[in-house]
Amino acid sequence: MLEINNLHASVVDIDDSEILKGIDLKVNKGEVHAIMGPNGSGKSTLANVLMGRPDYEVTDGDVTFNGDSIIELAPDQRAHLGMFLAFQYPAEIPGVRPWQFLKAALDSKAEARGEEKMSVRNFSKLFDEKVEAVGINPTLVKRSLNEGFSGGEKKRNEMLQLEVLQPALAILDETDSGLDVDALRIVAEGVNSMRSPERSFIVVTHYQRLLNYIEPDVVHILVKGKIVKTGGPELALEVEKDGYKTYLDAAAAGANA
Amino acid sequence: MTNQNTISRESDLSGGEYKWGFVTDVETDLAPKGLSEDIVRLISAKKEEPEWLLEWRLKAYRHWVELEAADAEPKWAMIDYPGIDFQDIYYYAAPKGTSEAPKSLDDVDPEMLETFEKLGIPLQERAALAGVAVDAVFDSVSVATTMEKQLGELGIIFCSFSEAVKNHPDLVKKYLGSVVPYTDNFFATLNAAVFSDGSFAYIPPGVKCPIELMTYFRINTEGSGQFERTLIVADKGAYVSYLEGCTAPFRKTSQLHAATVELVALDDAEIKYSTIQNWFPGTKDGEGGVYNFVTKRGRADTNAKISWTQVETGSAITWKYPSVILKGDNSVGEFFSVALANNHQQADTGTKMIHIGKNTKSTIVSKGISAGKGNNTYRGQVQIMPGAENAVNHTQCDSLLVGDQCGAHTVPYIEVRNPTARLEHEASTSKVSDDQLFYLMARGLSEEEAHHMIITGWSRDVIKELPFEFALEAGQLLKVSLEGAVG
Repeated sequence: MLEINNLHASVVDIDDSEILKGIDLKVNKGEVHAIMGPNGSGKSTLANVLMGRPDYEVTDGDVTFNGDSIIELAPDQRAHLGMFLAFQYPAEIPGVRPWQFLKAALDSKAEARGEEKMSVRNFSKLFDEKVEAVGINPTLVKRSLNEGFSGGEKKRNEMLQLEVLQPALAILDETDSGLDVDALRIVAEGVNSMRSPERSFIVVTHYQRLLNYIEPDVVHILVKGKIVKTGGPELALEVEKDGYKTYLDAAAAGANA
Repeated sequence: MTNQNTISRESDLSGGEYKWGFVTDVETDLAPKGLSEDIVRLISAKKEEPEWLLEWRLKAYRHWVELEAADAEPKWAMIDYPGIDFQDIYYYAAPKGTSEAPKSLDDVDPEMLETFEKLGIPLQERAALAGVAVDAVFDSVSVATTMEKQLGELGIIFCSFSEAVKNHPDLVKKYLGSVVPYTDNFFATLNAAVFSDGSFAYIPPGVKCPIELMTYFRINTEGSGQFERTLIVADKGAYVSYLEGCTAPFRKTSQLHAATVELVALDDAEIKYSTIQNWFPGTKDGEGGVYNFVTKRGRADTNAKISWTQVETGSAITWKYPSVILKGDNSVGEFFSVALANNHQQADTGTKMIHIGKNTKSTIVSKGISAGKGNNTYRGQVQIMPGAENAVNHTQCDSLLVGDQCGAHTVPYIEVRNPTARLEHEASTSKVSDDQLFYLMARGLSEEEAHHMIITGWSRDVIKELPFEFALEAGQLLKVSLEGAVG
């Protein structure tokens, strides 16, 4: 489904700002991949570059989605293909209701794909169902999008969008940060209920904690812009026990060599 | 030339951005260009006005001549435009065949009706269904007023200004110039001398007008000015909601629009006045467009309330400060505004709240959007007079910048002469952030849709004050007006 080949990326207009230094990664249909790494390793950058954030520039390599390169595509075009990013820090949009926003998002996607738009009635029904499923306080979705939401509420709102938009590939950027155990469980339940042979996930996280609830098929360790180790779920437990020190030391030694 | 051809030619010129730029081919009865005492007399004669009104116009004209000689055209606003040649303007342009006002819709030129059709004005039966009574002012003459009869049964008068002069001279004489005197300011004085038509509404004591009253203004003739005059009187305990919309065809030359609106809310009355102003804004390069110099003011007596809501997306220049004189105790004044300046548009707009009565309360919410090379200035005055015990004002003015070549300015004047007053002033300036754009685009919205959603969301506090149909139109207008500003 998603193939990343030798991906290099820098911050736009800043010299010597390379953050991703040659990433190779292949996510097959139905797989859940976890990307773990210490602060500053480039995890969030990777998630954002995959979605096409304009602050970053791909300087080398390629990313294909279902066989086609997406590097030149705008974020909305990637969304129309079925990609989704759950944000670490969702933006606040004053005066825009979550309902209105999600309907517009669904409509854009339907239009781009030449599909019929969902009727307001059907959408409202779906929306209400999902609001309940994700456990968002219903008064919250009557307010402005993310404005005045607590950290946990923002993350639940991201899950609501995930559930409504039903993407083929969902990238979760540190969705666990700032969540208490209950919220964490809800996020994990949402992801688990959406797991299917047709849908893939990339779960970006600093801690192993979330992986107690979402069992990944593959775990990657990202350090200083490179994937230094790939393994099964047991790799996450190793990190939990020993931390990232070994990898950081190795990376430092490599840089000095 | 057929209408169809005219439309396609005009939209080619405008790059397809201003959707109301069509010209209607109707024969026009024009007075010679320029302003003189003779022209004032001619306008008055064409309208078969009584002597007192002609005298009033002439007093205004003479005062205006003095003002012009003294170079008293106001220069304090943050707008930049080549001087207006007041002798190069047609002061009277009426569609031919209307020297006698149409008796019914059947008497109205079909091409004109087609124009209104294009504008989406709910004339004829549509008006009744939509619950809107429309008075349409085309160039300078009011062409059709719908639902006059139905309103008449409630004693409500809603007609063109000219008809009001003929049929209700006492009311007109009593209130004309009572809020905006002919000496008020350069443009209001000009308007008093040459105003050609406009709307008049009177709501009798205790009557709540059951439908929204609406006037649609359109400038059609090239080189003509439009000087309409609107007078609305809500008698004791009455209520009325009044809507005003405006468009003009695409023209490479500038057009002057100097209107005056007077509102009178007697004791316990309420007037809600909503405007969508979409005069032609000029080309992308700043050619042409309407110069909109408008004086709007209302007087609120004891326990009365006046509320102005405006969405200003059009005009090359907007110079407009809808105000409320809070004369009576416990009176309330409100001003909700969204003003957009894109390309080379310049808007200098705001309000004046003059607190005279005790326990008077005013609210100001101003949202200025600047895009392209547009310049947007909020200019507002809050004045608390010595007798205004316990007056309260809350002002919020927010500016939003789209791009990096536009300007936003805030010029508040606050004058407090009573120590019991409470005033709050909040102001903010923000940009559409890259984070917001990326967030919306990552969910599938195009860059343009994302901008539009952010901007209408940001304007929501004002747009929600508009009647429902108008709110939809306002959202659409903001979208169309911003085309080309993003991406």
